[in-house]
Amino acid sequence: MSIEWYLVVSALVFCIGLGGILTRRNPLVILLCLELMLNAANLALVAFARANGNQEGQIFALIVMVVAACEVAVGLGLIVAIYRRRLPIDVDELRELQG
Amino acid sequence: MAEVFFFLAAIGALAGALGTVLLRNPFFSVLALVGHLISLAALFLLLRAEFVAAAQVIVYAGAVMVLYVFVVAYIGVGEEPLRGATGSTLRWASVLFAGVLLIELCIAFLGTGLTILGEEGRGYFNGFGSPAQMGRLFLTDFLLAFEAASLLLLIAAVGAVILARRRTGLEAARELSVADLMRDPQYKGTLTEAERGTMLEAGGPPHR
Repeated sequence: MSIEWYLVVSALVFCIGLGGILTRRNPLVILLCLELMLNAANLALVAFARANGNQEGQIFALIVMVVAACEVAVGLGLIVAIYRRRLPIDVDELRELQG
Repeated sequence: MAEVFFFLAAIGALAGALGTVLLRNPFFSVLALVGHLISLAALFLLLRAEFVAAAQVIVYAGAVMVLYVFVVAYIGVGEEPLRGATGSTLRWASVLFAGVLLIELCIAFLGTGLTILGEEGRGYFNGFGSPAQMGRLFLTDFLLAFEAASLLLLIAAVGAVILARRRTGLEAARELSVADLMRDPQYKGTLTEAERGTMLEAGGPPHR
């Protein structure tokens, strides 16, 4: 399989994740869609690493996974804090920080 | 044979991604994302990234998704209502935006002069992407990134605990000021007060 096919799958997954972030209102699902976008980037990185015969892209993908895990921990902590304060779990309702 | 596996994994990954976005119930969204991650690990294996694939299944589809399932179970699965401030026009605009981005990415792929993209990939050697190679790179060329990642994980763990901790303990504590001690006591502690009722009442109003 040529590398282009992997890149097309990566672009599709990225755009699906982007559409999800823009349309969904549950912050938990928005975090899931963010994971989709990060994974699409990971797939592109690993595909380019294979194309160049160079493992540094795979190192980059592993670091992206670490960052994604951190983002999940903090994001889920925020969602739990929102739930404890009896606020609605809906990003349209949580507009106090909106400018 | 690789083509068959590629198309199976790609269809799985795309179906998982669509399920994550389109399913109304957050719990099913999480399960769809688990399917997506496992399909993506298969794609990583086809790209000869063994260690990344293993880490994807163990760390991502295992640990991180368990965290998601716990939070979904904790906050309850509320079906997202269809109405809302963001009307259908904004929804269609966002779908259009995602479509435009996809077209732009495809133009970028087709328009590049990189001949390398049309090939299977070059420079493959025995042990490419194996845990030994990854570990060697992490501890030599990418030591700074490795240490920064460990620091980032520590900060994220502490931050998550601080964000999600129970705050009721702080609110219950009552603050005593000097004025409370200086003002006239309501009960002087004489016998006539004690005769008015039980000893518990003579002790003063119940403090919470």
